[in-house]
Amino acid sequence: MSHLTRRLFGLAVLVALAVTAVLALWVSPADAQQDDAVRLLYLHVPTAWIAYLAFFVTAIASILWLVPRTRRAEWDLLAGASAEVGVIFTGLTLVLGALWGRPVWGVWWEWDARLTTTAILFFLYLGYLALRRTGATADERGKRCAIAALIAFVDVPIVHFSVTWWQTLHQTGTVFNPEMDAEIHGSMAFTLVFSVAAFTLLYAYLVRLRLRVAELEEGLEDRALELAIAERVRTEQVVPV
Amino acid sequence: MTFLREVALVAGKDLRIERRSRVAMQQILPFGAIVVVMFAFALDADRTTLPIAAPGLFWAAVLLAALLAIGRSFSVEEVNGARDGLRLTGLDGGSLFVGKAAAIAVELFVLEIVLGVAVVVLYDVTVRGLLALVCAALAATVGLAATGTVYGVLATGSRARDTLIPLLVLPAVTPVMLGGTQAFAEALDGSMSEAWQWVQLLVAFAVLAVAAGTVAFAPLLEEG
Repeated sequence: MSHLTRRLFGLAVLVALAVTAVLALWVSPADAQQDDAVRLLYLHVPTAWIAYLAFFVTAIASILWLVPRTRRAEWDLLAGASAEVGVIFTGLTLVLGALWGRPVWGVWWEWDARLTTTAILFFLYLGYLALRRTGATADERGKRCAIAALIAFVDVPIVHFSVTWWQTLHQTGTVFNPEMDAEIHGSMAFTLVFSVAAFTLLYAYLVRLRLRVAELEEGLEDRALELAIAERVRTEQVVPV
Repeated sequence: MTFLREVALVAGKDLRIERRSRVAMQQILPFGAIVVVMFAFALDADRTTLPIAAPGLFWAAVLLAALLAIGRSFSVEEVNGARDGLRLTGLDGGSLFVGKAAAIAVELFVLEIVLGVAVVVLYDVTVRGLLALVCAALAATVGLAATGTVYGVLATGSRARDTLIPLLVLPAVTPVMLGGTQAFAEALDGSMSEAWQWVQLLVAFAVLAVAAGTVAFAPLLEEG
């Protein structure tokens, strides 16, 4: 991706987010029961969607890295970049959920299945990111992280299942619910769909940017190694034999 | 048969180290016990609260002590090139995994018996549904040991291993904490069918953790 297309992409994301803000704050109506608090929906749902999407991408990239036929260093970098964005959006989801819960439920936090699973998800992938930062060769790190990502990905449904059993109190899913029309209407539904799309663009942009940084970091390491070798060769030549 | 022999060999090695070094007996076990005492301080040694909270406090204490046992199981592999030695034995990755997990499980089960007695005595708990309690503890221990072994090997070789293991293991074993606590609470409450449902969840988690570990362990042990 050239410098110009990257700039244009970033600009498109900015515009999409600005339109989302206008739609969410002015165009869509306030809710009959929740009043203006309902507008948090247009942030909370997209951030949660991005969080899940990001971890899904991490899992897929990890599988692609693990399969010898498709193994490329980029898959490892993509897994890491996506997980970083995912952790940020999981954190945002939790904070936004708490801010929304306070006026609507009367409490900041509720120990229901979805909230609890999301909190555990946050910690699982924080651990994954910590694991990524431990010093090892690129191959060793790639292997460990890919396996850790897959274990985390398999663990999440089990965690969710056990927490659901433990307690459940949340309203049912809206966006991907076939009975969507019964629960959410017109400009609200449009705003929600638009904001999910805008945030998905933002996700793609952030991951692309993070990947670029990772590539530059790797390039820097190679460059430093080259310089060190050149330096060594130069000094050895100076020393009289 | 060879698989079981190999497992016994690896587990025997780890348990022999623990018997001779006495770290598990003299450090990890007392640590678990002091956590049980600290919980009583936290809840103001309330005679009504403690028995109700006992199942959760018990499992929290076990989990904390388990973190030490997991860290220990992998720190012994890092001195004297033991990790290379282990690799050179030619043992199958799966049996290495099950062996190491089994040793941790045995240690944890002993710990659970001691802490269980401590909880009954100190928190004034009336024991009911002993069979369900034992089955829940066994299944939870296997799940915990298997998950811990996978994350233990993932974190080996890193300078931050001791701090990394708790962060990796605790969120992953949420089902053990929840399932163990609920199974114990229901069994002590006399609701046996609910208790057995939680035991089933614990067994499912244990089976998955052992399966995942057996698959993942061999590639993780190889030098990248």
